[in-house]
Amino acid sequence: MNEACVVTVALAGAMAAVFGAALPVSSRVGAAVALTWVSCAAALVTAVSVLHSGHVVALSTSALLPFTGVTMVLNPLGALFVIAISVVALASTLYWLGYASHGLATRSASSALPLFVTSMLLVPFAASVATFLVLWEVMALTSLVLVLTDQSRREAARSAAQWYAVMTHAGAAAILLALVLLSAHSGGQTFADIEAHARHLSGAMRGTIFVAALLGFGSKAGAVPLHVWLPKAHVEAPGPASALMSGAMVNLGIYGIVLVGNELLGGGPDWWWLLVSALGVVSALYGALYAATSSDLKRLLAYSTADNMGLVLIALGASGIFAASGHRTVAAVAMVAALLLMVNHSVFKGALFLAAGAVQIATGTRDLDRLGGLMRRMPVTGAVFLAGALAVSAVPPFNGFVGEWLLLQGLLHGLPTSNTSVVISVTVAVAAVALTGGLTIAAFVKATGIGFLGRPRCDETAEAHEVAITMRLGAGALGALCLVLGLVPMLVLPAIERAAASAGRVGATSSASGWVSLHLLGLRGVLAPSLLAAGLAVAALAMIVIRRLAHRRRSVWPAVNPVEPWGSGRRVQTARMQYTATSFAEPLQRVFDDVVRPSRDLNVSHLVESRYYIERIAYRTTNDDVIERQFYRPFIAGVRWWGQRARWFQNGSVHRYLAYGFVALVIVLVVVT
Amino acid sequence: MTFRLLLQTVLHPSKVVKDLGGPPNSQHLSTGLHGSLQIRHVDAGSCNGCELEVASAFAPVYDAERYGVRLVASPRHADALLVTGPVTKNMSDPLRKTLDAMPEPRLVISLGDCAHDCGIFKGAYGVEGSVSDVVQVDLHIAGCPPRPEVIVEALRGLTGR
Repeated sequence: MNEACVVTVALAGAMAAVFGAALPVSSRVGAAVALTWVSCAAALVTAVSVLHSGHVVALSTSALLPFTGVTMVLNPLGALFVIAISVVALASTLYWLGYASHGLATRSASSALPLFVTSMLLVPFAASVATFLVLWEVMALTSLVLVLTDQSRREAARSAAQWYAVMTHAGAAAILLALVLLSAHSGGQTFADIEAHARHLSGAMRGTIFVAALLGFGSKAGAVPLHVWLPKAHVEAPGPASALMSGAMVNLGIYGIVLVGNELLGGGPDWWWLLVSALGVVSALYGALYAATSSDLKRLLAYSTADNMGLVLIALGASGIFAASGHRTVAAVAMVAALLLMVNHSVFKGALFLAAGAVQIATGTRDLDRLGGLMRRMPVTGAVFLAGALAVSAVPPFNGFVGEWLLLQGLLHGLPTSNTSVVISVTVAVAAVALTGGLTIAAFVKATGIGFLGRPRCDETAEAHEVAITMRLGAGALGALCLVLGLVPMLVLPAIERAAASAGRVGATSSASGWVSLHLLGLRGVLAPSLLAAGLAVAALAMIVIRRLAHRRRSVWPAVNPVEPWGSGRRVQTARMQYTATSFAEPLQRVFDDVVRPSRDLNVSHLVESRYYIERIAYRTTNDDVIERQFYRPFIAGVRWWGQRARWFQNGSVHRYLAYGFVALVIVLVVVT
Repeated sequence: MTFRLLLQTVLHPSKVVKDLGGPPNSQHLSTGLHGSLQIRHVDAGSCNGCELEVASAFAPVYDAERYGVRLVASPRHADALLVTGPVTKNMSDPLRKTLDAMPEPRLVISLGDCAHDCGIFKGAYGVEGSVSDVVQVDLHIAGCPPRPEVIVEALRGLTGR
């Protein structure tokens, strides 16, 4: 039955793509969404049954791919990723129904989006090198098509797609190197063969393979400094595609690292995992810092994705370090934390990107400095964004909190158990997680406060209307899930524990979870999210009651007079006088000036009649990615320079080409004889 | 007097601060504000004579700050609003808004004769009226302009120091 489900996933996805390309515009999105839903539902059924029963689903056929055939196996780890991806995909495709009329009903988009979803759903199924790489490539190419959706209207989309194409293929090359090395040394190309032989490889070879895989998959997960495509592609992709890329696709980067590191290579020495943690620390801090200083709504979310993936990498690395030193209980907690952070990130970042897409549709802009007052005009979208923002900031009744709590528990309990280098790095990681948390809160206070509260900062924002019902439903589903998973994380924790156990080399169940509280087995740590939420609700209720009473007894509590904001007594206060995202981030940017290095440009033009009077002041600050500016741009310039030089060799002269052929022939003859 | 003061300032800079005697026996108003008073000053249309005297009252010689009185930069921080001059048409709205922006309990002090009855500006085309026509006044400091000693004494009456 499960095998039939796997076939359904692939077939429904393929049919959705065909219908999306072939049907007329009126029915193509509907058909594509319906079939994608079938595909997602089948994947969900398979994954849930795998996680429930613990039996893997295996399917192989010699057809479809020449020479190697297709091998598919779904273990509990893959099943968890399939569930996360299909949940985001179900919500995003529902959202797509409403979004389609805004330029996402073209033939290319409506066939690429189902294919993108299906290929992501199938990547965790892949159990041979060829199958994996083909699915990985389909995923990359279809998402590239989606990034290019707006290319006719926006130059930025074309440039983003270029960056994305190059980075994803450089990553794919590194993955190819790792997997080909693995299969070459194990005599087979299915993952089962590789797993059986990989432990006999030399340490250096295993290290090389792991580093190559880490680079390749890390670039997909948006790990700094391989993240440069992320704030471009996620920003330029249309709403549902950016939600899928950020909520689902980046997860597969994490999946790849776990797959190669834990499953295929069966774990490794602690320097591997220190490297993973270091990558995580850098990503988390860098992502959070840029999220806090960006004033583009989707760019902020994209950097926050890099930040969250950094946290996942920290947890993953910590798990590997503890496992390498034989502390399996703490390793299990850290692994569960990594997977929980990943699942949570899928849900809240999906919700946030869908809400941001709705904002972009309603106002035509993503610039926070032009938004404002949307909470009143778009209440559902605003509520979804607020829920997502609270979740990503790890505020208790929402799901982000449980993941970060587990991460810190894992890190702190791991501290006394390890040797000096590990203790130092774990301490740094704890500090990094704390700083990241603070910066993330700043970023999302800014996004919600500036974008959704206050007054509209431009006419388009003032005339914004709530988006189509399907879009609200799609985003709202994920927003509600943020709260549900925060209140009852036990819904997913058993599944995550099973997945973590199947990822290998970690202890058994890490947390005995009833329905109310969460106990860490073998560690001192208890969390009762629902009681916490109940406490918060009681506190909120108490405040409301006290305020009511205060209104009655004015002698004790002075009355509250609502007055307009103080604007130095001005008669007319305009929306331009409000706090903006740029001004909100300015102090932070100043503190981190040495890292961010923004360029500031202040132009004061005086009146011609007198220099004492100022005609206008123009202040421009640009905050482009410092890694891109310092490393990638010079590299690209170097490549371009070399390309210009090389043109001398290839000038179109047939005589010269004949001479090259002759010289090459002579060299070959000399060398061979 | 002025010459002596100048001479004293030059010869004994440490004796610049004038001794204004002990604390007042009674407070003018039962305001609930003891010991300290944060003042926001609004010039509602004054000729700047009163401003000079206010500046002088807070300058080193009379040094009102030693009695707990302080000028602050925002009505959000202030306990009392100090208004000088007749209220002009352009300043009546900002004056009301400034008072609205102040937290309670709050006081309004009008300073100078113009603030009381518009003085020589009475009936001028740009003048709306006296301060008490626009906002409710709790304390008036008379004079055209009032001397710094008078200002400090009135303010000491509020802080009780």
